[in-house]
Amino acid sequence: MTTIPTTASGIATAIAAQQITAREVIDSYLAQIEARDTEINAFNLVTADAARAQADAIDADIAAGRPVGPLAGVPVAIKDNLCTHGVETTCSSKILEGWKPPYDATVVSRLRDAGAIMVGKTNLDEFAMGSSTENSAFGPTRNPLDTSRVPGGSSGGSAAAVAAGFAPVSLGSDTGGSIRQPAAMCGVVGVKPTYGLVSRYGLCAYASSLDQIGPFATTVADAALITEAIAGHDAMDSTSIPQSSPSLVASVTQGVAGMRIGRVTDLPAGAEPEVIARLNEAFAALEAAGATIVDITLPSLSYALTAYYLIAPAEASSNLARYDGVRYGLRVNAVDTNAMYGATRAAGFGDEVKRRIMLGTYALSAGYYDAYYGKALKVRRLIAQDFERAYEQVDAILTPTSPVVAFKFGEKVDDPMAMYLCDIYTIPTNLAGHPAMSVPFGTGAHDLPVGIQVLAPALGEQAMFRVGGALENAAGGTK
Amino acid sequence: MTQSGTPISAADVAKVARLARLDIDEAHVVHFTEQLAKVIGHFSDIDALDLSGVGPMTQPFPLVNVLREDVEQPCLDTDEVLAAAPAADQRRFRVPPIIGLDD
Repeated sequence: MTTIPTTASGIATAIAAQQITAREVIDSYLAQIEARDTEINAFNLVTADAARAQADAIDADIAAGRPVGPLAGVPVAIKDNLCTHGVETTCSSKILEGWKPPYDATVVSRLRDAGAIMVGKTNLDEFAMGSSTENSAFGPTRNPLDTSRVPGGSSGGSAAAVAAGFAPVSLGSDTGGSIRQPAAMCGVVGVKPTYGLVSRYGLCAYASSLDQIGPFATTVADAALITEAIAGHDAMDSTSIPQSSPSLVASVTQGVAGMRIGRVTDLPAGAEPEVIARLNEAFAALEAAGATIVDITLPSLSYALTAYYLIAPAEASSNLARYDGVRYGLRVNAVDTNAMYGATRAAGFGDEVKRRIMLGTYALSAGYYDAYYGKALKVRRLIAQDFERAYEQVDAILTPTSPVVAFKFGEKVDDPMAMYLCDIYTIPTNLAGHPAMSVPFGTGAHDLPVGIQVLAPALGEQAMFRVGGALENAAGGTK
Repeated sequence: MTQSGTPISAADVAKVARLARLDIDEAHVVHFTEQLAKVIGHFSDIDALDLSGVGPMTQPFPLVNVLREDVEQPCLDTDEVLAAAPAADQRRFRVPPIIGLDD
């Protein structure tokens, strides 16, 4: 019996060297999904037949000596808000149930062109709105480390898929922490690249000025490998930065000697004591590895939650206007179009989506625009300026990813404000447009994983992966 | 200028739901009003900030208009797009009457 490597790079190397076949790899991962996903519910859809056919085609190419892509045979799970041509894409919403997109998202076609094999579409909080994956129209995803707890969200399915060994890597989207927070709660690595580094073409929009696609992985090197594969300019996204994909894998092993790492002295309170203890250990580990710790302040950080929960719902209220029962998805028939819109949207959207649409509509409405949306945009500027000042003194910043470890089902789902506070440390980066990643670093309450967040300036992915690699090394030593 | 954090009323929520084309019954209006009031109450924290002289930031990086060359390119397949529609007729999306029958 051949041993199947657990990392994307290990799988790609072993398949290219003909030590194992792509079919053996995909069968092994599909067997794991078959065995445990009834319990975990990471997937809205498993694309087993297409995955096996693609694996066989790769094996045939390798046997015939034809060139294959750098990720040939690597199984990958795709968040179900990324369009896949002819394959159902639901955003975990009743309003899109059954919809088969007529095109692929750029990240999906880039991964396929590199030889990666999609194993399925992963569950999420409806339209990526939530921090626990409890807001899915198709039932919650369970945390593979403790199935009485949430996996975090909104990319909870993608995080759980990697944590449960359903795929070595997956893709999620991150608008206010939706990759990093579930990565932290499931004990895996999660990366939100710089806004514009990865094309958003084919990502069902939630808040367009904040959304960014990124990977989950079990190692920092795999996260770098997948980021390299999906990054780079795309003419189909007008906010795409006009430059080619940066080299990132090499950064992971470069170490942090000589780097300046920021410690935020006015970090918003609320983190569990064990989370703060792990953060302090992370600083000590980086210092031992040759970095200098520099105290910095980010005075506007505590206002980020307000800015985010005005800006994101405002953009969402506009973006989600397209789900009107006319061109795709659900329609509830009525006597005229206006009645059809109202009935369709009432039946198709869940409560959290309705709350955010109403919040955004309110923030943009006459008489409230200046007091809410207008002010929030100015606060966003203050937060970006705080980071600009900080990055004059440091190369990267460490904070907790989530203030809390994975919580129990039902604990926060009917208290929106409590749920929103889960994103207090991840939201500021989205507002600034900078990259950030979560790296597992020991455990907190109930022996559940704690994630440490590495923040870096715009296009500072190389510095971020150097720090991420060093944290991973140090965490391995403490376990 | 309206202060952030002004409590939202059930009438506000009902109006906003209408603007957003969401049919919501009275019981849900009450429920949503309680939840939204709590969230909007939190927003008053930014009233303490001096924002005079701060420009709004709508995007992480300055955007310029992006135009592509005006040359023919492949587009989505019309039949495939229409096949995903709730109703189609004569290669168009079919919708109920636009003019309201109830006013």
